[in-house]
Amino acid sequence: MTDKKRIDDETGTETTGHNWDGIEELNTPLPRWWLWTFYATIVWGIIYTILYPAWPLVSGTTRGILDWTTRGEVAAQIEAVNLSNAEMTQSLIEVDLGVLERNEALHRFAVSAGAAVFRTNCSQCHGAGAAGVQAAGYPNLLDDAWLWGGQITDIADTVRHGIRSEDDPATRWSAMPAFGEMLSEEEIAALTTHVRSLSGLEEADPQGATLFADQCASCHGDEGTGDRTLGAPDLTDAIWLYGGTTEDVTYTIENARFGVMPPWGERLGEAQVRAVAAYVHGLGGGEAQVGTTD
Amino acid sequence: MSKDPHNPDYDPADDPKVKTLSDAPGDVPNQLPPETATISFHQRLERNATLLLIASFAVVTVGGIVEIAPLFWLENTIEDVEGMRPYSPLELAGREIYVREGCYTCHSQMIRPMRDEVERYGHYSLAAESMYDHPHQWGSKRTGPDLARIGGRYSDEWHVDHLSDPQSVVPESVMPKYAFLADTRLNGAHIEDLLSAHRSVGVPYTEDMVIAARADFLVQTNPTGDIDGLLERYPGAQVRNFDGLPGTSEMDALIAYLQMLGTLVDFSTFTPDPDR
Repeated sequence: MTDKKRIDDETGTETTGHNWDGIEELNTPLPRWWLWTFYATIVWGIIYTILYPAWPLVSGTTRGILDWTTRGEVAAQIEAVNLSNAEMTQSLIEVDLGVLERNEALHRFAVSAGAAVFRTNCSQCHGAGAAGVQAAGYPNLLDDAWLWGGQITDIADTVRHGIRSEDDPATRWSAMPAFGEMLSEEEIAALTTHVRSLSGLEEADPQGATLFADQCASCHGDEGTGDRTLGAPDLTDAIWLYGGTTEDVTYTIENARFGVMPPWGERLGEAQVRAVAAYVHGLGGGEAQVGTTD
Repeated sequence: MSKDPHNPDYDPADDPKVKTLSDAPGDVPNQLPPETATISFHQRLERNATLLLIASFAVVTVGGIVEIAPLFWLENTIEDVEGMRPYSPLELAGREIYVREGCYTCHSQMIRPMRDEVERYGHYSLAAESMYDHPHQWGSKRTGPDLARIGGRYSDEWHVDHLSDPQSVVPESVMPKYAFLADTRLNGAHIEDLLSAHRSVGVPYTEDMVIAARADFLVQTNPTGDIDGLLERYPGAQVRNFDGLPGTSEMDALIAYLQMLGTLVDFSTFTPDPDR
């Protein structure tokens, strides 16, 4: 083979000069735009390693002349957002929660922030619409039945320290005894009837009433209206945390059921605790603060 | 005259296939192209399969040498953080269940250093927080939320409800039901082997920990048991009957694991080094 590079007659394209048994190879060049883009990426790659942390050395890496770090950036972004809200956040931390609603702008800020906090952290148990999970013990936050109090400060306190949490010594705590071991089946049946009669579901049962006065009234009250200092539910309002059928009430009396809520004070910080309290308080069942007058 | 050997007129002199160099002193067929000197090095590689394999491997290795190898000597790969300890035997068993059920295919355990993730999930994950994970559970897909800091976020009862029937508490969830976890009892028969296996890949379980593994495994769901040894070996281990049922079930182990995820490092005292 003696061919040199030449222009191929058929295609008008230059050949590479390679020739095997008369088979020649055309030298079709890469498109210019592609080639220049390729060179540009190489140049950019080199510039990038100069600007940003890149090359591993003996004990660390090159820092890059921009001095950029991932951690620095995320810290700066969070700082910027905190700074932009700093005034409102500080006001929210300092405000007397009982009179938060009087400061319309701050209240609106708190409820909006609280809604976001709720969606992220609370909706898993209390539901995206805050209606709780009926009959599974996750309280509905839309109604006016409150276990531990429905004033905004009560709600904030519950959020801050949780309920029956082992992680927070200031948590709200109470424990209903399991009466299955203490009372006979017959007594529990009578008690169930009485408890259901409190909200008009059944006729009254005198034996149940006596048992209730002896065993239950100390927490749930003589009238069964509950005690918020103990988180003992009001049994007269036909709102049931674990269901109000005979089977459900019997099970609750026999085994005692109560929920656990994690403390959120440390995780969320005071401003977000107050914000979510304002949000929950505004969902419909929030109670006016005792001791404040309009 | 023919080039066909079956033809009676065939003359070998006309057949180029039997031409040799000596036959054609003035005209060498298949002459190498003029660039031959410059490509002969590459030709040598192309014509020797073993050499080509070795050279290809060397080229591919460059990426690993530059990107992976330095991680083994750079001092800032894993920072020292207080609070990290190996998993307790029950937590480790729960982790095995997490891996067995393929939780990592839908849940990541890696909070990236981005504002939106930090706001939602908590402090971004540190390398040290998965240094006792073999293999790590960073994951690469979030059909469900990140679980790196799930610990303490929800009550044990919620985890039982949620694992048994996710839609009962989160109606919009697409997670499958794992109610069967509560049906399988664990007796910790092979827990020493599990700890030994993790020790053999570098987790600092002591001889003492391996010997006490079974006792530690069983006592972590029994708050009235003798838990001093467990807490001494695994500071901060949570001791509860996680699933509310008697005995130790797979549900207990998995919830014990979930409830400790991301809780070991105390971020109220931790100051991240911004240079990492």
